[in-house]
Amino acid sequence: MRFVILTVSLVILFFLNLFVGSVDIPPAEVMDILFGKGESEGPYRFIVIGSRLPQAVTAILAGAALTVSGLMLQTAFRNPLAGPSILGITSGSSLGVALVILLLGGSVSAAGYSWGGYMAILIGSFIGSIAIMGLLLLFSIWLKNDLMLLIAGIMVGYLTSSVITLLNYLSTAEGVHGYAMWGMGNFNGVALGQLSFFSIAVAVGLLFSILMVKPLNVILLGENYARNLGVKMQWVRNMLLVTTGVLTSVVTAFCGPVSFIGLAVPHIVRMIFQTSDHRIIIPGCIVTGAVVGLVCNLLCILPENIILPLNGVTPLIGVPVILYVIFKERRGRR
Amino acid sequence: MRRKVTIRTSELSTGYRDKHGDSVISNSLDECLYSGELTCLIGPNGAGKSTLLRTLAGFQKPLKGSVEIMGKDITSYSDRDLARTVSVVLTEKPLLENMDVETLVSLGRAPYTGFWGRLSEEDHKAVESAIRLTGIETLRHRMVQTLSDGERQKVMIAKAFAQETPVIFLDEPTAFLDFPSKVDIMQLLFSLSRKLDKTIFLSTHDLDLALQLADKVWLIDKKIGISAGVPEDLSLSGRLSEYFVRPGIYFDSSDGLFKIDVKMRSEVCLRGEGELANMARKALYRNGIFCTKDKRPLEITACSGMISVNGRECASIAAMLDAVAAWQKEDF
Repeated sequence: MRFVILTVSLVILFFLNLFVGSVDIPPAEVMDILFGKGESEGPYRFIVIGSRLPQAVTAILAGAALTVSGLMLQTAFRNPLAGPSILGITSGSSLGVALVILLLGGSVSAAGYSWGGYMAILIGSFIGSIAIMGLLLLFSIWLKNDLMLLIAGIMVGYLTSSVITLLNYLSTAEGVHGYAMWGMGNFNGVALGQLSFFSIAVAVGLLFSILMVKPLNVILLGENYARNLGVKMQWVRNMLLVTTGVLTSVVTAFCGPVSFIGLAVPHIVRMIFQTSDHRIIIPGCIVTGAVVGLVCNLLCILPENIILPLNGVTPLIGVPVILYVIFKERRGRR
Repeated sequence: MRRKVTIRTSELSTGYRDKHGDSVISNSLDECLYSGELTCLIGPNGAGKSTLLRTLAGFQKPLKGSVEIMGKDITSYSDRDLARTVSVVLTEKPLLENMDVETLVSLGRAPYTGFWGRLSEEDHKAVESAIRLTGIETLRHRMVQTLSDGERQKVMIAKAFAQETPVIFLDEPTAFLDFPSKVDIMQLLFSLSRKLDKTIFLSTHDLDLALQLADKVWLIDKKIGISAGVPEDLSLSGRLSEYFVRPGIYFDSSDGLFKIDVKMRSEVCLRGEGELANMARKALYRNGIFCTKDKRPLEITACSGMISVNGRECASIAAMLDAVAAWQKEDF
């Protein structure tokens, strides 16, 4: 039932995202274009197929990817406040991207790059996120205290930010502007031609996460219980490293360091489904993450004449959820 | 019933290996655990209880020697087979939100379920019987985070039973529990070890409970090493006192339990039998007054529901103590 409601709202939001934009296009016209009726060329078609459709699909996939990645981190680190942005994984990605954009001299938006430039950004992003994730897993061997690990993650995040600041200082004005635009986050960075690659990469990451539902469930009991129940912890760690690395870095490369979705939406999912069973909440995270992605995108494009940066909108949803979780945690511990 | 050896250690040394060399915690242990028995591991903090448990459960490698489980060396087990042979209840508190008790218990079936963790008919039966055996039917649909410490411990024990392993290790299952819950948990484990012919091995600080309920105890101390045996044998051979007697604690050989040593300051004569006399003796003892049947200047009688101090009646033990104190003051 809950899945039905979520799926219906997903479909409605998807069409709303296609109907709304800086150019007024009648919904009937949008539907005609989508289903291949009406004119085959023309400005409306260009806007809907070339801009609005990839943007909506990107919002769906990026929302799902970040949410699932956040959920897996929260389970793996046994910490409700873990998430790709808090733990510095997104900043690792950012550092990789910064190195590429700022060293290449930088054109204004990522969408302006050639395929080679794109691959460079992607690889930079992937290596950056995997490196931070690996560092955190290494820390987690020594830091048994979850809070300490979180703080270590935040410190690593600051460190990468400082390197990025230095890079910015040394770079050209053009590069700095390009990086700053990318850093605000957006769902319109994936052009129609790149959409298939983006979709496949996210789909592979999500598939991996679905394959891990059983070990993830057992890990909820704690690492030692999981080992006693026959879970190969080393294998699970490596899988988590690669899966969250792929999901976070692909999204970050195309959409910028999107904050709060990975941290907050898993909590919304747990509130909706009232369970920790990953067989339910991983699909739940995929659908809810997609819905939240579309809501955020809609909020970005709703104002007349301007497009808001994504990271100006996501905290509006994320912060209240996180505050609620913190207060609930305090009450639980008394 | 003939008891089988399920765990055998040979020349087992446990501890940690690091770049400064080995730090050995217990040395050359040759002992066995048996099916159908509850064995308690008792020793002070830092004596290596957890390290020994971790080694026996396969969480860490022995420094030297070997551990044999069901006649097979522990290192030759696959992860899954070991998970079907040894289950654990640990001190770490599972950080669980929104998971009900039944789901948690069913995670104990993980070594048997397939790729998605879906429970078969047989798995459901095992979960059901684990819930029934531990008596947590009424908790079944409660969320884990709402349970009390004692209830949660029972649920974790149910998880271990759902795992259907011949051997169960528990690390301080009675720590942080109130007294009735401690007794509850120990009795549960004792009766289940009999009923299901399981080998149950647990570490504990509850010396009294362990000496009263355990089939065997393993005493562990950094200086003395490990001694194992039936509690009564260990007390007869004086091993028990060797481990625990120190200023302020003495071993009462009449009931085989440890008592608190109080310095005696004076003696009174106590006449009478039964509960009232026993309670009067205990209260006087705590106050450093030894009771004898011989004639003494102060005479207390406790019989047919009445206490009197040198003929003066007292309504309660408290009144008796007051009367004794008043008399002693006058006397000096």
